[in-house]
Amino acid sequence: MLNEKHIVITGFGGQGIVLTGSILGKAATIYDDVHATMTQSYGPEARGGSCSSQVVISDQEVAFPAVEHPQVLICMSQEGYQNNLPSLVEGGLLLWDTDLVETGEHDPSWQTFHVPATRFAEELGNKMMANIVMLGFFSALSDVVSVEALRESMLGSVPPRTKEVNSQAFDRGRQYGQAILKSLEKQGGQEAS
Amino acid sequence: MNGDDACCEGALAAGCRFFAGYPITPATEVAERMSHRLPEVDGIFIQMEDEIASMAAILGGSWGGAKSMTSTSGPGFSLMMENIGLGICTETPCVVCNVQRAGPSTGLPTLVGQADMMQARWGSHGHYEIIALSPSSPQEMFDFTIEAFNLSEQYRLPVMIMADEVVGHMNERVVIPPADQIVTVERTAPTSDPAQYLPYQPDASGIAPMANFGDGYHMHVTGLTHDAKGYPTMTAEAQAWMVDRLIGKIRDNADKIISYDTMFLDDAEIVVAAYGISARSAKGAVLAGRQAGLKVGLVKLNTVWPFPEEFFSHLSTKVKALLMPEINMGQMVLELERLAQGRCQVVRITHPGGAIINPSTILAAIQDVFEETK
Repeated sequence: MLNEKHIVITGFGGQGIVLTGSILGKAATIYDDVHATMTQSYGPEARGGSCSSQVVISDQEVAFPAVEHPQVLICMSQEGYQNNLPSLVEGGLLLWDTDLVETGEHDPSWQTFHVPATRFAEELGNKMMANIVMLGFFSALSDVVSVEALRESMLGSVPPRTKEVNSQAFDRGRQYGQAILKSLEKQGGQEAS
Repeated sequence: MNGDDACCEGALAAGCRFFAGYPITPATEVAERMSHRLPEVDGIFIQMEDEIASMAAILGGSWGGAKSMTSTSGPGFSLMMENIGLGICTETPCVVCNVQRAGPSTGLPTLVGQADMMQARWGSHGHYEIIALSPSSPQEMFDFTIEAFNLSEQYRLPVMIMADEVVGHMNERVVIPPADQIVTVERTAPTSDPAQYLPYQPDASGIAPMANFGDGYHMHVTGLTHDAKGYPTMTAEAQAWMVDRLIGKIRDNADKIISYDTMFLDDAEIVVAAYGISARSAKGAVLAGRQAGLKVGLVKLNTVWPFPEEFFSHLSTKVKALLMPEINMGQMVLELERLAQGRCQVVRITHPGGAIINPSTILAAIQDVFEETK
């Protein structure tokens, strides 16, 4: 049976949503050597409009690149959260930026985690790195792609002079995710939020 | 790499050294990458004032000896139509990439369409034949762009790459082979004495050797009906000679130009034929249909023009139905209907644009036909 993972990353134009999908897809296809496609949707506005990227990662050639029911949903805006939430599959993984999304009711089967990605990025000097914080956070909570592949892909996709600070952003998100997992282990429960 | 970038890299690998264009979503990335990449290989990139000028510029670039291309989307494609006709009439090798979005008019600039397929075939006035390819992945954007240049150089005409927004913007792995493994075709240079040269006199291949401006040959290039010398000749006989040649060079070589891939045709009772991004939806549906035990096959068109007439004519005698999903209200399916001549059912799976066709929609249509024909 086909082993395929569908991921949707959503936010607004200017946050690097498409780049995030591209890094994830590249991690899979170039560094982990499986198949991946990344498609995107955005409006006619250059910045500020709603925007999303859809990534399909598969052990076989991907026939249909669009994502209808993601197993992973990453939300970097309220609008993206509201529009895409109903599409998340049962047992899906939901990640969001703590400060940008006000959450509502969630399906109890979902695994839900949040990180103040934009705030962390601001602390590191540039809120544009919020997407990289989110990627690091994702790397701690999902094994869809290996963390090494994700890190390599990220470093190969950002401007060379920003590699170090983006690396810090990635680690900040990853450590935050790992800390959540550790505290959950201590509690012995699955509930995160 | 996304499909637009792959198109640019394919063009460079094919030897393209001149690009003139005007930015338009979703084709802008082709021009953007060209503007960085062409200067690196001693090529020239010009952003023109509009698409009419862009098309005119690449015709001139080609006559100057450079492999030339432009890229655009629906509104720009409409503007290019007149000068595409000039390129056909003057037998000017060049490549036009149309990354299709949903129309008519400004339509949905950022969303997918496949509704310019008949415009590619008939958009410019007068009667002519065209070559158009339809890639379904970034890898094919690379491969088919090389093929488009090769066909344009060989047959001396503008060749179209009929891509779409999803293929153009989709990121996927693209394998770029070493340069020495890429086959490129160059226009045939004349060997005759420059004083005797006839720029429109075909050689044994049926195509006229082409001298570039500055090569030392006397040239006259016009959109008026012309004789072998290239001089305007206002007679029905000259018109017949020219049009027969413009059409004949494609029709007579259709077998060599046409390319398609097939799956499960041996025992297929129903065949889905598709091109571009819809060929991927179709493949998904056909694989799912086979898993469900349905005798369904796939034809993926790589060349859309000229259309594989003999192949579908023959196929229509062997199957119960031909289905065609496309992101328009029924365009290439008209060819299937024409060729089937009622020998099998032809089913349209249409979409007005803005999204790609879901494999489940195609699978449902396949199941319906099996039910009806039980």
